Formats: sequence, C-alpha cells, structure tokens
Amino acid sequence: MSSVNAVAAAVDHYRADPYYLLQILRMAQAELGWISRETQNEIAESLNIPVTQVTSVVEFYSFLYSRPRGAYRVLFSDNITDRMAGSLDLFQRMLRHFGVKRAETSTDGLVSVELTSCTGLCDHGPSLLVNEIAIPSLTEQRVDAIASLIKSRTPLGGWPASFFKIDDNIRRTETLLGTPYTPGSGLDAAINRGRAGTQDEIKRSKLRGRGGAGFPNATKLDTARNAPGIEKYIVCNADEGEPGTFKDRVLLTSYSARVLEGMAIAGYVVGATRGFLYLRGEYEYLRPKLQRDIEQMRAHGRLGPSIRGAAGFDFDIEIYMGAGAYICGEGTAQVTSLEGKPGRPRVKPPSMVIRGYKDKPTVVDNVETLAHLTEIAIEGGASFARRGTRGSTGTKLISVSGDCERPGVYEYPMGVSIGRVLQDCGAPSPLAVQVGGPSGMLVTPDEFSRKIAFEDVPTGGAFMVFGPDRDMFEVARNFSHFFAHESCGFCTPCRVGTKVQMALMDKIAAGRGSRYEVNDLMRLADFIRRTAHCGLGETASNPIRDTWNKFRPAFERRLIAQDFAPEVDLDAALEPTRKVAHRDDAAAHLTAEG
Amino acid sequence: MAEPTFNIDEVPVPFKPGQTILEAAKAAGLFVPHLCHHPELHPHGGCKLCTVIVNGRTQAACTYKAVADAEVDVDTPELNSMRRSMVQLLFIEGNHFCPTCEKSGNCELQALAYEYEMMSPHFVEFFPNREIDASHPDVLLERNRCIMCERCVRASRDIDNKSVFGIAGRGGKATLIVNSPTGKLVDSNFAVTDRAATICPVGAIIVKRSAFTTPIGDRAYDRAPISAEAEVCEIPEDAK
Repeated sequence: MSSVNAVAAAVDHYRADPYYLLQILRMAQAELGWISRETQNEIAESLNIPVTQVTSVVEFYSFLYSRPRGAYRVLFSDNITDRMAGSLDLFQRMLRHFGVKRAETSTDGLVSVELTSCTGLCDHGPSLLVNEIAIPSLTEQRVDAIASLIKSRTPLGGWPASFFKIDDNIRRTETLLGTPYTPGSGLDAAINRGRAGTQDEIKRSKLRGRGGAGFPNATKLDTARNAPGIEKYIVCNADEGEPGTFKDRVLLTSYSARVLEGMAIAGYVVGATRGFLYLRGEYEYLRPKLQRDIEQMRAHGRLGPSIRGAAGFDFDIEIYMGAGAYICGEGTAQVTSLEGKPGRPRVKPPSMVIRGYKDKPTVVDNVETLAHLTEIAIEGGASFARRGTRGSTGTKLISVSGDCERPGVYEYPMGVSIGRVLQDCGAPSPLAVQVGGPSGMLVTPDEFSRKIAFEDVPTGGAFMVFGPDRDMFEVARNFSHFFAHESCGFCTPCRVGTKVQMALMDKIAAGRGSRYEVNDLMRLADFIRRTAHCGLGETASNPIRDTWNKFRPAFERRLIAQDFAPEVDLDAALEPTRKVAHRDDAAAHLTAEG
Repeated sequence: MAEPTFNIDEVPVPFKPGQTILEAAKAAGLFVPHLCHHPELHPHGGCKLCTVIVNGRTQAACTYKAVADAEVDVDTPELNSMRRSMVQLLFIEGNHFCPTCEKSGNCELQALAYEYEMMSPHFVEFFPNREIDASHPDVLLERNRCIMCERCVRASRDIDNKSVFGIAGRGGKATLIVNSPTGKLVDSNFAVTDRAATICPVGAIIVKRSAFTTPIGDRAYDRAPISAEAEVCEIPEDAK
C-alpha cells in the first residue's frame, strides 16, 4: 500500500480526529513499517494540524519509527531480571544471526534488533517483541528458530503457536483471584444500590489505588462526580510499565471481565459515559482478546446504552494503544497521550479529576483498582475492608520475579510481610528485594519483616528477588539507564540529570570512578528528587541512593583510590599518536604513577 | 478588605487571587530566577530555575499559585546552590560557548550563571551535534544553544498564531523542530517580525545582521545583573 493510501485509511478509520493521532500513526506504521517525513506531512495535512505535532509524537514513542526499520523489528526486553536470566547473550546471538549491530537495520531491510524496556514478562525468563507481539521464555534454540523464521520471511501468523504462549503463573489466590464470579453481577449489585449507595460501599471499603500511589479511590470518584459538567471520562491505566510488574497482564488475560465491569461501575458512580482502556504497546497481543471481551459485554447489555436496563446508565469502552513510553503510566501523562500528544506530565493542580481528558473530569484508575471495584460492588465495602490492614484494606497482587523457584502472581491480604512472600516463592536466602520496581525501594534481609502496605513498603506490584551472588551495583546501573531512557524531557533536572547520573554510573562501572563521582551522584539524587516535575524524576535516583546506602561494598570495590580520574582515559587517548609514531614502548604510555 | 499576603524570605508580599508566586514576586519587585517563564506567555514549568520552597516543599514558582500566609523561601544558599546545578546542567546539555556567541551579554542563561557564581560547568559536557538551520533569510536557528524552554513554541502558537516551532524527541533526545514540509525554517511561514523571533532567552534564535548592533560590554547584563531587573517584567529592548 502506498503512503498516501495507508494514511488515508488510518485517518478515515479514526474520523480524522487529531485526538487519535497516536492511533493513526500506529495504524499507518503497521502498513508502512515506518513513518517517513512525507507520511508525516500527509498526516498533518489530512488532520489539519502542524507537522511539528506529528513529528513530536513520532519521536516521543519508542515503537514509532521515523527511520526505516527491518520488516521484522525484534526488541529484547532489557529489565534486570531479563539480564539475570541471560538475555544479553541471547541478544548477541540474535545479532550474530543477521550480522547486524544493535539498532541497525540489515542491508536487505529484513530485520533490526534492539533492546527495549521491560515487557512485563519477567516471570517467563528472557522475552522479546517481534513487530510488537510478545514471545516469552527465550532459549538459544528458540532464538535460533526465530532467526530461521525471519530469514525465510515467514509471516508471524505462520510461526509456531507455542512461541506465543504466555502463562498466567498464578501462585496464590485470595478474594480477587480466587472467588468465582458471574459476569454482570457487579453491575447488577451496583444498580440495585444506586449511584449513591455504590459510592457509599466504595467509601466503606477504604480502597486505595493499586498503581502504587495509594490515593483513596472513593475521594477520587467523589471529586469527579461533583466536578461541574456532564462530560466525564474513566480511564483504565493498563500501561503497566514499571519494570518487574506483570500482574495487570494476568488480570487483563484472565480477569478482564471484572476489570471492564469495574470501569462501568466507576462510570456509573461518576456519571461518565465513556471509558478508555489505555493499553501499553507491549501488550498488543492482548488487544484482540480485549476487543472481543468488550464486544461481548455490549452484546449482553453490560456496556452501551441503558446498561442492564437501568435508564440513564450509558457507558462504553474503547481501547487506546500506547507505543512504548514508561512515562505514560503517570496519570497526567497518560491523559495527554490519550489526546494524541507526546505523553508529558501536566502541571498539577488541577488534578485529572477536575480537568483531565479534553479538559473534562477524568478518573484514571489502575487495572487492579478497577477489578477491586467489581469485587466491592458484589460483596460490599465492609467485607472488603475486613482484609488487609487499617491503612491498606483488601488484597494486593504481587508480581514476583528474579531469583526464586516460583515466579508469578501472588495475591495476599495487604500487610503481608516481605519474608512471607519470599518463603512462598522459594527464595531461601536472597541478598535483597526491589519492591515497587526501580522507582520503589530496595529492601535488605534485616527489613524482611516489613509489610507490604501503603503505610510501610508501598508497591504497585513489582517484587524482584536478587539471589546471594548478584551484583547490586549492576542492578542500580541498569535502573539508571532505564530512567535516562524513559525521562520525557519536559523538565531540566530529569532530562539532563538522569543522563548525567547514568554517565557517572557507567564511569564507575568502567573502573574509572572515585569518591568524587559518588559525591556527585548523591548530590544529584537529592537535587533531582526535589526539583523534578513528576514522580519519574522524584524517584529516578532511588536505586542509586539505596544501593549506596545498603550495598556500599558493591560500589566501593569499583572505586579507584585517587580523589579524581579525568573523564577521558588519557593513555587510550594517546593511541592514535602512538600508531602514527609507530611506537608502543613503555615511554609512549602513561601509567598510573605518571 | 486588605489584599492577602504571603511571605518571601520573611518579607510580606501582597497578591491577587490566582496570581502565581512568581508573578506576585515580580509585581513586588522581588527577583525569582526563571528561564522558560515569560510574562507574555502561559506558564510552562519546565526549566525549574524558579524552584522555591513553599511551606517546606519545593515548588515551581511560575506555576504555583500564591496562597495567603504561605512561607516561601527564595534566596537561600541551599536553593541558590540547586539553581547553580540547574544552570550547569543546561550548559553541559548544549554547546554554550559564550565568548563566540552573538547573544553574550544579552543571554539570560549566561546572566544566571553569573548570578549564581557558576565557575565551571562541573559536569561532563554532552557536546551534542545538533543541526544549525541558516536557511531563513532573516533568522538563524542555532539548535546547539537551545535549552528546550519552549518560549518560541508558545509564542509562535499563542501570540503569532503560526505554530512554527515544536519540540520532538523524548528525554535527552529532545530537539527544536520547525513546522514546514522540509523541516527548514525558510519553508515555514516564519517572519522576523514574529514575537517568536525575539523571545529566545539564549542564542538559539538569532536575528541576522543585528547580532552586534550593541557592542559587547554595553549589553543588558553587562550593565546590570539579571537580578536587578525584577520590576522590568520584560527583556530589555536591546536584548530583543
């Protein structure tokens, strides 16, 4: 299909609505492989928007390409847990198969191989995306087989189905995962109680947001309900990008009816008629299934006008795809992304519940929070509040990965101790656990009695276990690369500071760092945390600070004794001169002694 | 009823409801450093130079609304040290060579570096290699000096109604782009008379043939430090 036709098809599909720019670009790229400047101009013209707006979106999202990529775009997940399972060797193996370098497109245009941020399959070992479709559980054999399929230009549809098999790995259930449920029962219960009655139950449940921030959900819904205007929105935040988290993937795979019903219940309480499921690009493979779920709900009167016959209860859901940007998990960035723009966090206040999507009141809730809304509608708030702790009611899903025998999703009442989770997942003597992902907290054995709860160790769900032989410095360094890659660039401290932080960690890793670099890192950590615009920057130094505080030897054994080492390796810088002079004797080298 | 006030470094400052801390401070003749903020533009909140402490918490003064009786710290050694770091980060991110820059003396970034006694860039320079666009007959785009403040983006969109500029690229890949089919300034509808042509705080957008009409040594910040201009509320005429 020509560029003009592909653009026309995508623009028509989304009714030439600039709010769907990101979706239009995804659709055009699916046809064309990449988005050339000509394509960008055509899209700008058909939507009647500046081409700068189109370019800024193309350049913001990792899965949109302004330069030609291979017909097969292979992206290896690069979370620390992937690395611990040997992903980098497999990545190199794939590069060797095609004789290409990282991010380079093969000369025949067949393939490009690159790394990408965590794909949410940490319970499956190393994973990759081929043209955005996830393939877990990589081994050397599987990498070789994938390379052969690419070389023979076999369409993805003809690849063995077993390659795409992703398990739920549910290891422990409580009320959310373990209670049988009849689709529609949450909606029926909510309608029976009425809007105010349902809101009362949510208040009684003391449900707090499961994305990690723990904001009281009833307050959020209340504020949106009381906000002026009749046009309001519910957004399901399924941009599960925090490295090490995958519980939303499982909910969307096997519990999606509860999640979608939770959206409708939230819509009922707030008086919203439209909902968006913002699905991360990495979960593209889930999209067709979720689309069928939504259609089925419509067919059963659980979505659409007058839901379950309740006059005035109109609500419908559409899926909106992300395209590889961690920052879009932040509520205000997500709403901005939904509007077809680069996902940059907005200035708060006003909060989203006052002025969100299209400047209208918008509730952005985590997948798990919405599933709990259905649970609360069915069983009532008081029963929900009986589980967990006083400050953190109900149950929590934990995504366990890393050095343990049984990685997967575990459901516990809030307040479970870290030690208990470790015991259950088969990690007898870990060095540390990263709770809540890179932006969370590094927990050491002396703290394993601490509890997972908003008042103690909060988490969106990530729980990465590091065994006794792991190098915690490398963990922190991997996370520093992650944040530098994912910073949106809006504010100075995060845009530049995370890059400087990454460079300092690399210098120390190369054996060229001293206390000077450590001092700079600590100073930057405080500076970025206090001046950054959003949560990404505020937490971007946590891993470095935690590792310095708790695993100092991992840092110190890399440091050189001098007060300072220059950025350039002076001896290496002399190499071209030595070559010219045909010298390589001792006198032509600088030594540490000078 | 008396106008409500809040305190900046223990000095009472009156404000009108809805005013930001920065606006109220300026109106009272007090200096709060800033780069992305400009009185003719909607507040942006990106550069973070205006970071102050409001009731114990850091906030961007350009977007944070004044509240009655708030205790605001502006001129403290701790905050000034953070501002020096901020300026240093902006210096190393781009290529800022003051001695060869046409904007020297009228440059707000340079002036703030003097204000906060920046003696060196401290951090290792990125030395980016960004495209220079000299295509336009009247205006030069020197992207290596761009600090991503988006003043030109906002001025072109909201004052000139042209949307000539944009920022593309995530994080450290951010770069200034131009709304034209080729991406060149000459192919856009940009004009030297646009507000966006003279609103750049640094030397990224330079009006050709005007760069040295005022000799170095006689320019805005050669004559007075940037902190002395709080009540001016406007870049001095010869800095435009």
